[in-house]
Amino acid sequence: MTIEETEQEITEEFELFDDWMGKYEHLIDMGKSLAMIDEKYKTDDKIIKGCQSRVWMHSEWKDGKIIYTADSDAIITKGMVALMIRVLSNHTPDEIINAKLEFVEKIGLTQHLSPTRSNGLVSMIKQMKLDALAYKVQS
Amino acid sequence: MSDSKIIASEILPIQKIRADFPILSRKINGKTLIYFDNGATSQKPQVVIDAIDTYYKNQNANIHRGVHTLSQKITMAYENARTTIQKHLNAEHAHEIIFTKGTTDSINLVASSFGKKFISSGDEIIISAMEHHSNILPWQQLCEEKGAILKVVPINDEGELVMEEYKKLLNEKTRMVAITHISNVLGTINPVKEIIELAHAKNIPVLVDGAQAVPHTLANMQELDCDFYCFSAHKLFGPTGVGILYGKEKWLNAIPPYQVGGGTIKTVSFDKTEYADLPLKFEAGTPHIEGGIGLAAAINYVNEIGLDNIAAYEHELLAYATEALIKIEGLKIIGTAKNKASVISFIVEGLHPFDIGTILDQLGIAVRTGHHCTQPLMQCYNIQGTVRASFAFYNTKAEIDEFLKGLERAIKMLK
Ligand SMILES: Cc1ncc(COP(=O)(O)O)c(C=O)c1O
Repeated sequence: MTIEETEQEITEEFELFDDWMGKYEHLIDMGKSLAMIDEKYKTDDKIIKGCQSRVWMHSEWKDGKIIYTADSDAIITKGMVALMIRVLSNHTPDEIINAKLEFVEKIGLTQHLSPTRSNGLVSMIKQMKLDALAYKVQS
Repeated sequence: MSDSKIIASEILPIQKIRADFPILSRKINGKTLIYFDNGATSQKPQVVIDAIDTYYKNQNANIHRGVHTLSQKITMAYENARTTIQKHLNAEHAHEIIFTKGTTDSINLVASSFGKKFISSGDEIIISAMEHHSNILPWQQLCEEKGAILKVVPINDEGELVMEEYKKLLNEKTRMVAITHISNVLGTINPVKEIIELAHAKNIPVLVDGAQAVPHTLANMQELDCDFYCFSAHKLFGPTGVGILYGKEKWLNAIPPYQVGGGTIKTVSFDKTEYADLPLKFEAGTPHIEGGIGLAAAINYVNEIGLDNIAAYEHELLAYATEALIKIEGLKIIGTAKNKASVISFIVEGLHPFDIGTILDQLGIAVRTGHHCTQPLMQCYNIQGTVRASFAFYNTKAEIDEFLKGLERAIKMLK
């Protein structure tokens, strides 16, 4: 699936819920099902700044694509992390760098999440793209 | 206590009071706002908003400068505001009331000016484990600059200062004690009078951080006999960007100016400057004029209701909420001091405060989550943060009921 296709899929998923409760419950479920980051990567230098809750993220290079794993101590944040990983993980650096990620607005995440959280989301996306850029330069 | 319980909610005309605060009727996420973040900042009554509005519409001019009518009138209004604050605090002189930007600014002023004159290498400064960063960092920085040592009064499990340890820390090297009146996280009301007496017995001055105290209790400068007292207008139903430093005349005369510039001088030449008398010595530049006037309006408003009534009513809210919260499974209240203001911090086992705050926000309920600018205190409890509900006199038991319902719902969703 391309990044756009996954975005479309997520947008449709969230459209099933017409109230915030459902959306958050879905987000929480996504957080709960997020594959855990390897404990050895949950170090201070992997913490993403800008989140009030803590987010750890690790990226790996595999066959020309980047695999992200992550964790958070807050479940809603973890849900957001899961969404981002679902969209961006397992793509090439160029695809990741160029992703517009318009689904965030479409599903009302930016609107419904408090500014500190959105900032965390923004920092998280930035970090994912920075990692992609780093791999691109290396390869 | 049971007497004041019955009286408090009957004495305060809550619905009328709520109507004085325009923001309380607005909707958040489609729900009527329930504002339980009063510890961060309080809402403003119409009289304060009007005072600011009137200032810009009718009174705007610079103070202490012009001969023209507007300037003279507003200078008088500003100085009247100072007198209102002096009376409210029962300070001996109006010139002991210094307008600052807020609590943080007031503490920085004292740390800087007092520090320049009185702190040197090897001296000790005492703070406590429950201080806000604003009452830690200025002292920590001063200590680093001067080679002085920061000493910390520990707290017990309930979140009360361990007075025996405090007594042991006071010695001939101690130059300053800087302690919060009420903790912004734990709600603990510290025995400041006793703290001051103990320090004074050894000729040590005391600064009290009154940021969380002034909205809930009367702070009486002459009775407390404190040397410095700091607070912010915005937590006392007044405007943001303005605060107060009360300082005893003898100390304010003894320490050098903090910032210098227009307004702080008698005469200036390139060789020498003679500084103005108090309070202008500490008020460089054009001040937050409408802020000072707005603060006086807020104080008059609060005094009409009566801080005693406010304290009794808030105590009732605190008891009501505490009783219900402790029944929630897995919930732990952080800060269970005997003497407590209407601030409740708590954690729920297995849940992140941030998640709880997010769900409550969806329900129109504003609480604070996180470390509350008290990271060392969080380390004492070995936690990342708490959820904090802090009540003001315009809050109600019905709102607490809604909050409890919201909390149960959040817990169910998040578990
Ligand atoms: C105990 C305490 N001290 C100091 C401050 C700082 O106040 P301000 O940000 O208004 O300077 C606060 C505000 O949160 C506080 O609660």
